[in-house]
Amino acid sequence: MTTRTRPEASTVRRPRGSVRRVGALARAEALLLRRNPIALLNALGTPLVGVVLLNAFPPQGDAAPLPSAGIAVTLTAFALLFTLYYNLVTTLVARREELVLKRLRSGESSDGEILLGAAAPAVAITWWQFSVGVVAGMVLVGMGVPVNPILVVAAVVLGTVVFVLLAAASTAMTRSVEMAQLSTLPVVVISMVLGGLFPVGMLPGPVQWVAQVLPLTRVVDLLWLGLTGATRDGTTAGEWAATGGIPAALLVLAAWVVAGALASRRFMRWEPRT
Amino acid sequence: MESTGVIDVGSLHRRYRGGFEAVRGVSFSVRRGELFALLGTNGAGKTSLLEVVEGLAPASSGTVRVLGRDPLRERRVVRPRIGIVLQDSGFPSDLTVTEMARMWAGTLTAPRPVGEALDMVDLGHRARVGVRQLSGGERRRLDLALALLGRPEVLFLDEPTSGLDAECRQGVWRLIRELLDTGTTVLLTTHHLEEAEELADRLTIMHRGLSVRTGTPAQVVGAQAARISFTWPTGPVPMLPVLPDGVTVERTPREVVLRTGDLQGTVSALLEWANSHNLQLHQFNARSASLQEAFLAVAESGDDQRDEESVA
Repeated sequence: MTTRTRPEASTVRRPRGSVRRVGALARAEALLLRRNPIALLNALGTPLVGVVLLNAFPPQGDAAPLPSAGIAVTLTAFALLFTLYYNLVTTLVARREELVLKRLRSGESSDGEILLGAAAPAVAITWWQFSVGVVAGMVLVGMGVPVNPILVVAAVVLGTVVFVLLAAASTAMTRSVEMAQLSTLPVVVISMVLGGLFPVGMLPGPVQWVAQVLPLTRVVDLLWLGLTGATRDGTTAGEWAATGGIPAALLVLAAWVVAGALASRRFMRWEPRT
Repeated sequence: MESTGVIDVGSLHRRYRGGFEAVRGVSFSVRRGELFALLGTNGAGKTSLLEVVEGLAPASSGTVRVLGRDPLRERRVVRPRIGIVLQDSGFPSDLTVTEMARMWAGTLTAPRPVGEALDMVDLGHRARVGVRQLSGGERRRLDLALALLGRPEVLFLDEPTSGLDAECRQGVWRLIRELLDTGTTVLLTTHHLEEAEELADRLTIMHRGLSVRTGTPAQVVGAQAARISFTWPTGPVPMLPVLPDGVTVERTPREVVLRTGDLQGTVSALLEWANSHNLQLHQFNARSASLQEAFLAVAESGDDQRDEESVA
C-alpha cells in the first residue's frame, strides 16, 4: 500500500501569508506613528476639535444652517483628504526616500501588500474620524440612526480605496516629503471646491458635470443618502433611485478605483530618483 | 536549458529604458554550496546583473533560473527560499533594531528567531538601539541579519562589506564561510579583490557588461603573467641573458619590467646573469600574478572579448 504523505509544516501555524505580511508591515507603521506625537495628536484629535467647532459655529448665510449629517460628512471628507490622502503620500514618500520601499520589495511581500501595510494606520484613523463624526451627529445634532448603513459603509470603503490609490499614484510627482504639501494640492483643492462640501447647485453647468464625476462628490452624496435618506440639496433617496443615481454614484467610484489602480501601478515610484 | 546549478544564467542581457545595455550577454552557473563572485569595477554591470538574477528586474533577453524557477515570474515560490542584501537600502529611522527585524520576520514564510539572526551578525547587544544610532558597519550587519532571517538556501550579497572596517569585514567573511559550510549557496558582487580571493570558489570578472574571465581564483590568476622588475643598473650593461620562452621585457627610463609565465626560471636566469657580471640589481622585485593583476589587466585592456566559458 502506498500512501502519499504531505510534507510536514516546519513552522507553527501562523496567519495566512498575505494577512500576516500586511499585519507585520502595518504594525511597524503604527509604531512609527506612535513615535510621532504631533502626527498622532493631529490624527486622533482633529475630529474632536472639528466636532466642537462645527457644533459651535454652524456655517451661516447659505441656503440653510448645517443640516443634520453635516458633521459626519464633513469630518469624513476631511479625513479622506488629509488623514488618508495627504498623510499617505507623505508616508510613502518618506519610506521611499529612506530606501525602505526598495528593501521591502526585495522580500516576500507583494507591491499591493506593501502599499496596504503602509496605508493601514492612516485608514484606521480615517475610519475613527468617520465614526466620531457619525456618533457626534447622532448625539449632538439629532441626526438619528443611519437610514441605510450599507450605503454608508460602501461610501466610506470605496472612498478609502480611491484615496489610497490616488496617494500611491501621487508619489510619482512628489520628490520629497516637503514637496507633498504642494503635490497633493490639486487633488485636495479640487475635491474641497467641487467635492460636495459646498452645494454644487451654485456652480456653472459644465463645472457641475465635472463635480459629478469626482470621487469625493459621490462619496459625500452617498453618505448623505445613507445617513439621512436625502442628499444635502434635499433630493430624497426615492428620487435618486428613480434616476439611477445610486448605481451611477457607485459606478463613478468603481471607475475611480480602476483608474487609481492603473495609475498607481504605472506611476508609483518605489525608489528615489538617482 | 539544462538546469544543473542552483543558479543558472544564460546569455543574459539587460537594457535600460534609455537604451544603455548594462549587461551584454552573460552566462554562468552556480552549484549548491558554492560561492560565486561577480568581480568588476564600478559600472561593470554587476548590480544590473544581480537585480535580474534576484528577480527584481526583468531581463531584456536570455534566461535566469534560481532553484530551477524563474525568479521574476515565480517570485512567490522563489523569494521564500532566497535572501537578498541590496547594495543600498534603508530602515525607517524611528524603529529599533529588534522592531525592524521583527517587522521583517513578520513578512517571511519561515523566519528564524529574531534574536538568533541578530546574534549571527554580532548585533545582539544592539537589539534595543534605534536604527538611527547604528554605525555604517552595524547597519550593514543588520542588512545581513534581515537577509538571514528567512533561512535562505541562496544568498545574494551586493557589496556586502562595503563601508565595513577590517575587523568587521573579517567577521562577515567568517559568517559567510559558516553559511557555505551549511550548504548555503552565495552569489556575491564585490570590487574588493581580497574579498573574492578569500571567499570565492569561482568568480567571473565583469567588464562593460561582459563576463571576461571566469573560473576558480587560481584559474583566473593562472592565465596572468608574473611580474619582475628592477632598476636598470647605471653604466654599461651587458646583454640580458637568454630567458624562458614567452617572457616580455619592457624598459622604462627608470626600471625594467619582465612578464613571464615561468617565474622561477626567469628569476634564476636573471640572477645568474647579474651575479656573473657582478651587477647589483636594485629594487629587485618578483611576484607571481594576483587577482589584482588579472583584474587590472582586464580593466586596462579595454577589450570586449568575452571568455570561452561565457560564450558557451
